[in-house]
Amino acid sequence: MDLLRFITAGSVDDGKSTLIGRLLYDSKNILIDQLEALEKSTKNRTDGSVDLALLTDGLRAEREQGITIDVAYRYFTTPKRKFIIADAPGHVQYTRNMITGASNASLIIILIDARQGVVEQTRRHSIIASLLQIPHVVVAVNKMDLVEYSQDIYNNIVIEYAEVAKQLGLQDVTYIPISALDGDNIVDRSEKITWYDGKPLLEFLEEVELDHDINLTDARFQVQFVIRPQTEELHDYRGYAGKVISGIYKKGDKVTVLPQGISTTISKLEVNGKEVEEAFAPQPLVIQLSEDIDISRGDTIVKADNLPRVSNELEVLLCWMDDKPLIAGNKYLLQHNSRLVRAVVRNVEYKLDVNSLQQQPVEGNVKLNEVVKATVKTASPLVYDPYTILSVNGSAILVDETSNSTVAAVLLQQ
Amino acid sequence: MSKSEKSNQEIFPSPQAGRVRGLDYLKQLEAESIHIFREVAAQFERPALLFSGGKDSITLVHLARKAFAPGKIPFPLVHIDTGHNFPEALEFRDWLANEVGATLIVRKVEDTIKQKSLTEPKGKFPSRNWLQTYTLLDTIEEFRFDCCIGGARRDEEKARAKERIFSVRDEFGQWNPKLQRPELWNIYNGRIHKGENVRVFPISNWTELDIWNFIRKEKVDLPSIYFAHERKVIEHEGQLVAISEFVQPDASDVVLTKKVRYRTVGDMTCTAAVESNASTLDEVINEIISTRISERGETRIDDKVTEAAMEDRKKNGYF
Ligand SMILES: Nc1nc2c(ncn2[C@@H]2O[C@H](COP(=O)(O)OP(=O)(O)O)[C@@H](O)[C@H]2O)c(=O)[nH]1
Repeated sequence: MDLLRFITAGSVDDGKSTLIGRLLYDSKNILIDQLEALEKSTKNRTDGSVDLALLTDGLRAEREQGITIDVAYRYFTTPKRKFIIADAPGHVQYTRNMITGASNASLIIILIDARQGVVEQTRRHSIIASLLQIPHVVVAVNKMDLVEYSQDIYNNIVIEYAEVAKQLGLQDVTYIPISALDGDNIVDRSEKITWYDGKPLLEFLEEVELDHDINLTDARFQVQFVIRPQTEELHDYRGYAGKVISGIYKKGDKVTVLPQGISTTISKLEVNGKEVEEAFAPQPLVIQLSEDIDISRGDTIVKADNLPRVSNELEVLLCWMDDKPLIAGNKYLLQHNSRLVRAVVRNVEYKLDVNSLQQQPVEGNVKLNEVVKATVKTASPLVYDPYTILSVNGSAILVDETSNSTVAAVLLQQ
Repeated sequence: MSKSEKSNQEIFPSPQAGRVRGLDYLKQLEAESIHIFREVAAQFERPALLFSGGKDSITLVHLARKAFAPGKIPFPLVHIDTGHNFPEALEFRDWLANEVGATLIVRKVEDTIKQKSLTEPKGKFPSRNWLQTYTLLDTIEEFRFDCCIGGARRDEEKARAKERIFSVRDEFGQWNPKLQRPELWNIYNGRIHKGENVRVFPISNWTELDIWNFIRKEKVDLPSIYFAHERKVIEHEGQLVAISEFVQPDASDVVLTKKVRYRTVGDMTCTAAVESNASTLDEVINEIISTRISERGETRIDDKVTEAAMEDRKKNGYF
């Protein structure tokens, strides 16, 4: 059994809460207290139906009260997979939340109201999906019951969206006509949408191939913590603990430590305190090297024949996430996995319109939810890959040193 | 990778040719938790693991041990003792700390009550849960902890679903929405101002069933009260409460001897037992799975709701 993390996106009232509720309910993953609340509310309803959106009303209440809205996580399991849903509210200004939720997702469900078709929000969510390189896209055309399960309407939406997907270079797009409210094509194949011969949504989620999402070619490992027990029996032990970001490491591999640029060999690999011959992403690993080198947290160990980029002049896409604007020339801390370096945002080249992908001139400071192309200079070099090539080693955050807030998502470019 | 290699148990062969390395979902959760533990050890000067004695914090200790092997866990285990704990749980706590070679710090609610002349809760089931917060905040101050690791999970209740893995608290231990940071990718920002601290939840993404499956797979030892045993109990509003030093029967109570087990390890004053014959881990897990099913049906569910609520209250006291 494996694990799929996905995010749901849609405009307000497209049926996102209903869909999530439906998935939790129909896969029998509802906690007792939630079920009780659900049944109580159902008793008050004249038609006896269950208000599935209630299951996620934590966010709903906040929305109404106008408090901070951000990502909530939901969990469900079927015999085939464990699922983690990042539930980010769909409102226009929440680019920040969507990027946060999408940053860990390998699949996005984009909801479209069958009556509305592709709208500006659909485009925006798709652009974010493409910026973040979410590997799998499901377009769920919802509320099919309100358009009499019309194949024509569905087909037109598919044609319209395919154009968007083509523009954005979205690779793996699957279309499913559903009714979240009635459960059509959610768990079981709909009896009303007879013309659709694909899988129902849950079956698709259970079976979508995830193995290729992890890069096992480019070996990347960053040191998180140095283990030095300094006990009698482990007197000289010095192990570099970290996570295999991508690729595979084997005992005896010739490696280079960056940014120092020192070459050495892996003498021992341990996973969970047990010696292993090899380790692969995303396993937690402890590496021992054959030579005594000065290595600390944030340093990268790669194979000598497959090197990432090492530079302190960076081209980046920044998604601004703070109420305080970005002021070009300001200094921040940049955190790339576990490596923390001082950075200055030098030049903001253009703003990316997240509704059209058009480049626009930047007037004044960069505000919350804006995405910009910029150049950043760091105090010491970063060891990275471009986000589009290896996203797990091409992402970073900016931290405001005075407030300690995380103020930007950083996508490292070529 | 050949089937004979020893790490093979952790790996399932993928049907896709050419790609044979993939982690099972529990291993993926474990990898995430270990990554978080290592971030904590590296980012904070004085972290501590809040140990409540229950299965979630036992799982935390187990994961922490893996994260730092062959070294020792580089932070202490802290237990805020209400004085109403099951003796079995305390015995287990001491055994576990010793077993993993971790420093154990125990601070007693009793002492805080005396020092601060707080009012003892009264009644038949006097719960000190709420008072734990005082002791915890004093303990954080005493040791100047800048990070407290806890075993809360996001699946526990709706309100927790949006809790961060690194959750910043002000000096009163309060959760302030303004202090919360977006958490992107697997990058954790643990920077704080003086006086603030961070609560870190390495098993945020685990569900209750994931925990049980992990315990089964890793053969994690648990306190004996998780398994069916005979106990003298009284029935209170449909729940079975054990007779102890802290809970005495009234004239109207009927004292029964029943075979029971506990689903959570809380205070003797407010943790209800469930009737059970499950004496092995497999049996316990099977019961939990089938209870969840019947809970969805027409069966009475009050006792479980209250039980869950109690664990939440206990945790809210902490977090
Ligand atoms: N007829 C119909 N109504 C739906 C469907 N899905 C959602 N709705 C309704 O659309 C409204 C908005 O749904 P909700 O899930 O709250 O939308 P959200 O804002 O995207 O979370 C509610 O009244 C739902 O009952 C559907 O498939 N068919």
